[in-house]
Amino acid sequence: MKLTGSKILLESLLLEGVETIFGYPGGTVINIYDDLMDSSIKHILTRHEQAAVHAADGYARATGKVGVALATSGPGATNTITGIATAYMDSIPMVVITGQVPTGLIGNDAFQEADLIGITRPITKHNYLVKDVKDLARIIKQAFYIARTGRPGPVVIDLPKDVQMAITEFEYPEKVELRGYKPTFGGNVRMIEKAVKMMLAAKKPVLYVGGGATLTDAHAELMALAETLQMPVTTTLMGMASFPKRHPLSLGMLGMHGTYYANMAVTNSDVLIALGARFDDRVTGKISTFAPHAKIIHVDVDPTSIKKNVRVDLPIVGDLRDVLKKMNKKLAEHKDEVVQENEAIKPWLKEIAAWRKDHPMSYKHSKTEIKPQFVIEKLRELSNDDAIVTTEVGQHQMWTAQFFDFTQPRTFLSSGGLGTMGYGLPAALGAQAAFPERQVIDVSGDGSFQMNSQELATLVQYRLPVKIVILNNNFLGMVRQWQQLFFDKRYSQTCMELPIDFTKLAEAYGATGLRATKPEEVEAVIKKAFETPGPVIMEFKVSREENVMPMVPAGAGLNEMVLAS
Amino acid sequence: MRHTISILVENEFGVLTRIAGLFSGRGFNIESLSVAPTLDPTLSRMTIVTSGDDRIIEQVNKQLNKLIDTIKVIDFTGEDFIEREMALIKVTAEETTRAEILRICDIFRGKIVDVTPKCYTVEVTGSPVKVNAILDLLRPMGIKELVRSGPVVLGRGPKGWKGN
Ligand SMILES: Cc1ncc(C[n+]2csc(CCOP(=O)(O)OP(=O)(O)O)c2C)c(N)n1
Repeated sequence: MKLTGSKILLESLLLEGVETIFGYPGGTVINIYDDLMDSSIKHILTRHEQAAVHAADGYARATGKVGVALATSGPGATNTITGIATAYMDSIPMVVITGQVPTGLIGNDAFQEADLIGITRPITKHNYLVKDVKDLARIIKQAFYIARTGRPGPVVIDLPKDVQMAITEFEYPEKVELRGYKPTFGGNVRMIEKAVKMMLAAKKPVLYVGGGATLTDAHAELMALAETLQMPVTTTLMGMASFPKRHPLSLGMLGMHGTYYANMAVTNSDVLIALGARFDDRVTGKISTFAPHAKIIHVDVDPTSIKKNVRVDLPIVGDLRDVLKKMNKKLAEHKDEVVQENEAIKPWLKEIAAWRKDHPMSYKHSKTEIKPQFVIEKLRELSNDDAIVTTEVGQHQMWTAQFFDFTQPRTFLSSGGLGTMGYGLPAALGAQAAFPERQVIDVSGDGSFQMNSQELATLVQYRLPVKIVILNNNFLGMVRQWQQLFFDKRYSQTCMELPIDFTKLAEAYGATGLRATKPEEVEAVIKKAFETPGPVIMEFKVSREENVMPMVPAGAGLNEMVLAS
Repeated sequence: MRHTISILVENEFGVLTRIAGLFSGRGFNIESLSVAPTLDPTLSRMTIVTSGDDRIIEQVNKQLNKLIDTIKVIDFTGEDFIEREMALIKVTAEETTRAEILRICDIFRGKIVDVTPKCYTVEVTGSPVKVNAILDLLRPMGIKELVRSGPVVLGRGPKGWKGN
């Protein structure tokens, strides 16, 4: 069958199982948009290309499938950059398709030309400029394969306009052949056996779980390992929802704004088992005092993550879920040792319980002011267990991580690596597009919300009933907190002088706006929001100078937490 | 420590920038880089000389391997390998120094490839150490211009890639 490049693209997407894409049209993708009218692929028109990419990212994080975004050349393509970098840092499988000026004009500073391949090289897992329509089907096949296998990541396909119009025989390849790309799937059995021995012999083990657990859907295997060996579990922001926080073995999050007891447990551990985590500086604090007594086992699919920041005693390269399965299987052969280990570990669990009792995750309640943490607790109480929560970046993000008890995998979507303000709303949009029936909530600050607030229009247009929580402190709160603590309260450019009426903003877009200014109104507003069809903004006027605590100051060790400000 | 690394890559659009960008983006050193297609024209072979402590070199190797276009990486450091570099050296040749230049050239099995009344151009091939040595000897005569190719390497005996 002979087809144009543009039709080949859409047919190939269908063959990859793509149902929904997010995008924004323009001159160099006008052919694709024309063909989209006759395609069964659903296209969601965001109001900004950055949002299209974040929406594809949210879709991918919520479903585990590859997210797809489409943008025109030049300014459309450069608008995707923050979205691509966000996905790259958090290893999110995604394919971004951009139009490009015709091949004959490339390099001529043509109208709406930008060297997207050059610009995105360091923020993609791989990228392609398609120069010949004959290569297109193969490139799409490879792009999807690369995006979702190994350590997932975004792949860019830059598609010149003349290639979209050129005609060739369409045949979608069955297999991918890449000489230079052979991701490791199964972990080395001998190493896994060694790891199991180390865990069985440990007196003070801690499981430190990162985004890899989410990406490989390893929650059941993780639970089995933790419960068999009665090992406490701490997660990073990215690993958050892969182990239920209400579980007795859960220590919550570790790191800069983690729990006191998670950080103490890591510091005092004798075996630290890092699972799909990359020892980010926000997690480790000062490297020299990070888990100083521990032998470190590190399981990761990406060899470059291993020994990048910390010494590792036992590296295992492989797909986390596969490795955990093998570990659990091995453990089943060591029933007696498991019983002994469960006994030997009891004093350690007691020690941790004492830390937890001394310094639980808490905050000062108030009768007069709305405490942001209180809103998050109420939100958890009043939302469904399978509600998907996205966040922007700042204090509200950390409070959500600290006070929302996530119980199900893939229910917490947040920009961990890049820390992108403006991520949450479009990510919620993407998640809601994937799961129209589930509750989807974006927890935002008043600053972050204004970075992509135009997406209210998209929510209303496509009837995506995302519930938006704005913890309004009229500050760029997280930066203000640092200025308070480390810059003598010199609040340089962090006060949002102009108060915005967010309820009116919601109404302008045809959404619903609700507001609470007193603690006793919080519950009613949240309930009302969940009862109201369509997108709703809930604006909470929260205590303005509340700080995220506890905190490991930048450059300090995990054992040097400041507990209250 | 100095490391000489061979990389077999897809001979594709932009592959050189990918490798060079990796080094600059992650703050790795590149002392020299040479690249040309192999017998199989769909592949290119690069030789990169870099330096760093063990942790950095481990990252260099892993990061290179991680690139989709990279097929194989060999770090020849500590191995038995042949390392050759070519240099073209334009040196001032006065009446009084011509004979000396010729003699030095002879010792290093170099060639005079261009002659003008005022200067000679010397071509020399050898290990970087050997190239440095001839440069030291020629420097007093006045080196006007110099170009070095950066080393290329091949493992001795079976070490290496077959057919390429
Ligand atoms: C795009 C972007 N710009 C700047 C920052 C730096 N930054 C981190 S948190 C923050 C303040 C966020 O304010 P807000 O959204 O109101 O949330 P709050 O901290 O008050 O909860 C800023 C400016 C960022 N993370 N992302």
